[in-house]
Amino acid sequence: MASINPVQDGIAVHLPRPDDFDFWRARARSLVAAGIAPEKVSWIEPGGSGDLFSGAAGETDDWPLPDGKDGIVRVSKRFVSLARNAILHSEPQRFALLYRLLWRMQSNLRVVEDKADRDVRQLELLDKAVRRDSHKMHAFVRFRRIETEDGGEEGDHYVAWFEPEHHIVRANAGFFKRRFANMKWSILTPRGCLHWDGETMREGPPAERSDAPSGDPTEDLWRKYYASIFNPARLKIGAMTKEMPRKYWKNMPEAALIPELVAGAQRRESEMVAAGELDFEERPETLDAIAKAIEGCHKCPIGQLENHAVMGEGPRGADLMIVGEQPGDHEDIAGRPFVGPAGQLLDRHLEKAGIDRKRAYVTNTVKHFKYLQRGKRRIHQSPTAKEIDTCRWWIESERAIVRPKLVLALGASAARGVLGKTVSISRARGEGIPLEDGSELWITAHPSYLLRLDGEAADKQAALFEADLAAVKERLEELAS
Amino acid sequence: MGALSTIEKLGILADAAKYDASCASSGTAKKNSLGGKGIGSTEGMGICHAYAPDGRCISLLKILMTNHCIFDCHYCVNRKSSNVRRARFTAQEIADLTLSFYRRNYIEGLFLSSGIIKSSNFTMEQMVEAARILREDHDFRGYIHLKTIPEADPELVHQAGLYADRVSINVELPTDSGLTRLAPDKDARQIETAMGKTKSDIVEMKDAKKRFRHAPRFAPAGQSTQMIVGADSATDADIVGKASRLYDNFRLRRVYYSAFSPIPDASAVLPLKRPPLIREHRLYQSDWLMRFYGYAPGEVMQATEADGNLPLDIDPKLAWALKFRERFPLDVNRASREELLRVPGLGVTAVNRIIASRRHRTLRLDDIAKLTVSIAKVRPFLIAADWRPLTLTDRADLRSLLAPKAEQLELFAA
Repeated sequence: MASINPVQDGIAVHLPRPDDFDFWRARARSLVAAGIAPEKVSWIEPGGSGDLFSGAAGETDDWPLPDGKDGIVRVSKRFVSLARNAILHSEPQRFALLYRLLWRMQSNLRVVEDKADRDVRQLELLDKAVRRDSHKMHAFVRFRRIETEDGGEEGDHYVAWFEPEHHIVRANAGFFKRRFANMKWSILTPRGCLHWDGETMREGPPAERSDAPSGDPTEDLWRKYYASIFNPARLKIGAMTKEMPRKYWKNMPEAALIPELVAGAQRRESEMVAAGELDFEERPETLDAIAKAIEGCHKCPIGQLENHAVMGEGPRGADLMIVGEQPGDHEDIAGRPFVGPAGQLLDRHLEKAGIDRKRAYVTNTVKHFKYLQRGKRRIHQSPTAKEIDTCRWWIESERAIVRPKLVLALGASAARGVLGKTVSISRARGEGIPLEDGSELWITAHPSYLLRLDGEAADKQAALFEADLAAVKERLEELAS
Repeated sequence: MGALSTIEKLGILADAAKYDASCASSGTAKKNSLGGKGIGSTEGMGICHAYAPDGRCISLLKILMTNHCIFDCHYCVNRKSSNVRRARFTAQEIADLTLSFYRRNYIEGLFLSSGIIKSSNFTMEQMVEAARILREDHDFRGYIHLKTIPEADPELVHQAGLYADRVSINVELPTDSGLTRLAPDKDARQIETAMGKTKSDIVEMKDAKKRFRHAPRFAPAGQSTQMIVGADSATDADIVGKASRLYDNFRLRRVYYSAFSPIPDASAVLPLKRPPLIREHRLYQSDWLMRFYGYAPGEVMQATEADGNLPLDIDPKLAWALKFRERFPLDVNRASREELLRVPGLGVTAVNRIIASRRHRTLRLDDIAKLTVSIAKVRPFLIAADWRPLTLTDRADLRSLLAPKAEQLELFAA
């Protein structure tokens, strides 16, 4: 071997490990110092052929090389940090690329700043690919628990199987050590293994997938989480596969769900829309249009009962709008609001207060009669908050057309229909609440409440009701002037 | 309800949390579990451990403590009047779940939010307790994000900040009138007061940390907020304006935009059509322009159309450039960094590469092609050594030349 002249014949450098940066650096320094041009060097990693000069080159590890001219090798910090990472790439030509750049650096120390240079660009691509692979390892390693005798979640051994694209395993040992310092774990890969027992890191030879455990009951919880946090209304498969390429899927327990989640998404979204959506397209422009539309409204369970929609009545432009809860049995049959016993009671009180019902617009917050069939009788049922909220669209439409100065809500349901939230009548009554459109809301009890009371309580509530109506009358006069 | 198993509760309470857009686990103080008894590390960059088919990253165990709620916000699936199934986790269950997921490397930590049960204080106390168990009983050093409740006692919110890496308070809607209408139980002033308090806590603790090494950390990853887009009539200009005021007034790390999405059991006051997802995307792009590209909020607003909304077919940067064509073309060999950042199609990385490279050579169009993603997109706006786009920026059809084809809308990207 002594007869080989590396400067003329070229030289082959055998790396002990594919990710051994320090070895590469030491050799590269000597070669540069000895003035051996990049085309004369061939770098061979274990098991790799990658040797352009295998015929001609000296198979030599006869170090040191002939003495360099000045022995000073110039290198920039940025290059070292890029090279340290890029050397982990599985591209066989990486050592040659790095050496070429190191060589060029001797005449231009800042060569790596020239991002438009082909070698620099290539170096950056290698660096980027390795950083990405490392990041994916941090992200996609999935440990499985193996119970041990000293037991407990904390004492157990956690084992993962991962298939990196590049030679990144050893370089990432520190990350997992810092994160899982007090846990016993192993990461098995086809490029070598890491074992941490809580105190020391041990490296092992390449492993096979069958060496790793096959399951962990906690994966059911994890899959449940994965499926539940996904919003089927915003399917974006491209965005998912860009960040989580399919090649990683086979070792991630949650990935098995993806085809099913994607296939079911369209259906789930239409169900969500159907359950939530109301096909109110545009606000109706006339009261007649509302009357027609509510007859066909089946957006809540009330609209699906055997009943008719009951439209409000009164002049458009009325200063006062009176809102009740919902039509009752009489109203449903007559098709007009407030004609039953409660309506008659309301009429008497209005008259007493000096309010002309004919000049007011009288309506209900819910448009259909909600009842429970008991024999031949239909028993009144209170609407739920959800039903009132669904129906709010109509009362808002009526308000937009009638444009009253004052809205009088009879009872808590009516108040919710106007305000969108539940308020306490005893606290809200007696004064106006300003509304967004500049009108104001007054709240009092529903007359059917008065009908249900006897004796002292009845007298007391009737007096309160009268007082409320009197206050409304007074406020209406103020608003009119 | 006591009959629900952990897995059933997890299903319900993760499902209830899926409308929250924020997910970041980055930008907090570095920590690791060496020299401790517990587990966990944070090293600056957050890690997305999985991606859901909706394209969003899963970095944290994002759940609600409970989806019971005494509030009745119309846009919220958990509102009092909604008929969804309800469930509730205890603080201990949340801590156990977080740890067993963390040990298997599924997550970076916990993002805990909650419906309001009993009272705001009671709810906040339980959330803080979950964080306390993790930090104190288990020496957990991973990431914790707590969604604080503005109505809760400031002392409790302060406690949350001592355990959490990040705290957030949702402003919910871009306008106060929208909030009044859609979240009748919430109060815009109270939300902003709480944000202001958290900001001053963060500043104060940072100061203390400079002077005393052992001063406790307070929300080292700062605070963020979320706004729902498309549930009320607020325009993109309104939203951008609101976001920039929030960034200025409360030094938020992030403002998240969440396109209102159809929710089961929706309230009738909500709009029927969901806003296109692309609108949310445009808002994030405009947010980026303000945070990384030096655009003033007023400039982003200049990119909006007559209706106050950003165009959906082109990105806001291109929209701005098309309105201010007189600022282009820029000489790629001479223009300042600030100017180059205005070129549609040039990102921060590409601009950095251009500036580094032009110290070594006079850039030609070929060189720029190596440094950018798409030369076709940037060409009309640049002058290079061998390139001068004479009248291209005057062409009336420039927009249609640069706009992506309609069928490429990402909603259906596969």
